[in-house]
Amino acid sequence: MIEENPRARSLVLDVPAWAGHRAGQHLDVRLTAEDGYQAQRSFSIASPPEQPTVELTVDPIEDGEVSPYLTQAVRAGDELEVRGPIGGPFTWTVDDGGPLLLLGGGSGLVPLMAMLRHRAARESTIETRALISVRTATDALYRRELAELGPREGLEVRWTYTRTAPPGWDGWRGRVSAEMLELLGSPAAPQARPRVFVCGPTGFVEHVATLLVDAGHDPARVRTERFGPS
Amino acid sequence: MAPITRGFLGRRPDVDPTRIPPGQYFERGFPVLSAGPTPRPDLAAWSFTIDGAVGRSASWSWDDFMALPKETFTVDIHCVTKWSKLDTAWGGVSLDTLLDGVETQAEYVTAWSEGGYTTNVPLADLRGGRAWVAYEYDGAPLEPEHGGPARLLVPHLYFWKSAKWVRGLTVTVQDQPGFWEQNGYHNYGDPWREQRYWSD
Repeated sequence: MIEENPRARSLVLDVPAWAGHRAGQHLDVRLTAEDGYQAQRSFSIASPPEQPTVELTVDPIEDGEVSPYLTQAVRAGDELEVRGPIGGPFTWTVDDGGPLLLLGGGSGLVPLMAMLRHRAARESTIETRALISVRTATDALYRRELAELGPREGLEVRWTYTRTAPPGWDGWRGRVSAEMLELLGSPAAPQARPRVFVCGPTGFVEHVATLLVDAGHDPARVRTERFGPS
Repeated sequence: MAPITRGFLGRRPDVDPTRIPPGQYFERGFPVLSAGPTPRPDLAAWSFTIDGAVGRSASWSWDDFMALPKETFTVDIHCVTKWSKLDTAWGGVSLDTLLDGVETQAEYVTAWSEGGYTTNVPLADLRGGRAWVAYEYDGAPLEPEHGGPARLLVPHLYFWKSAKWVRGLTVTVQDQPGFWEQNGYHNYGDPWREQRYWSD
């Protein structure tokens, strides 16, 4: 178990006979109460395929049924019923090539993190730009790891704070804008035809996908994944 | 028998459990899921076409389509991502109306959408008052993020079969798996038999 921020935690699962996954895929987790009542939900895999354990980062939704159990009640050594990996279009491997443009809102960073960790594990220098939008510094996931992630060559990770930036922050503030996308540079420009992955709450994904299409990105190269009620 | 999850109590929704298929949970919101950007509606360029292995193909402009008999209906919908939403109210054209006069020996349909999405459904599942092309939700024009201007609605199958931004049906002799059906999701997708993935 890894505390990622005051709410979110990562669960490191030892899955027997795990057949491997692709970065971006998710896993179904099913919980069973003593009387047989069951609840299941999907969670993005945060770990790269190169890692032998499967790591889920769970950001609990208020009023949720499965996610608060996973972040508050689960203890190391507990057994969970899982199924997967699941998901096809929202995946990337180094062999697919680049450039790669990743746009995450809040815990929408999780499947993108699997892609970044995979790129690192393969020591790829594929041109990659990531822009992560969070409300405040305490909502951010993997901040330290992202600051240290290699190979640095070709990789640029930017953050924007929509509510409160950390003290002394001189970077971007506010929701993702057309200008921010432009400032990500030429690998992220429509002319470079990057593979684009956008993940976050519906409002974030709709907003960012619209900006991307308006900027001239081919909608067929923009893959989206959303979570949460609209 | 599934293993008991230590300390898990669960939240029992205050709804008729016989209306919630296995493995689903009751949702009051209306989550949005799609694999790419939301296309912008252009009603002047919009058409709905039925073609493929049919005697004669048919096509409607938006105005033609609006002139077809409209049905309003209330159905339960079930998304493979586990949420079910009950008593959703829609307005649109019954597939029985659209398929009236379409003659074919073929048994399969590929529904296709603006933006390239496809999904396959047996033709028989689109007949018998079980499927519509919907353009209203809750009495208002269907929002683009929910599939507007018009989406397929086949509520007795998982909701990915209810193609958003639908533009046509191609009748096929061979069953041709669509976008999600090629990506690990079940070919038929009956929520009551929990046909989520290939191995179900």
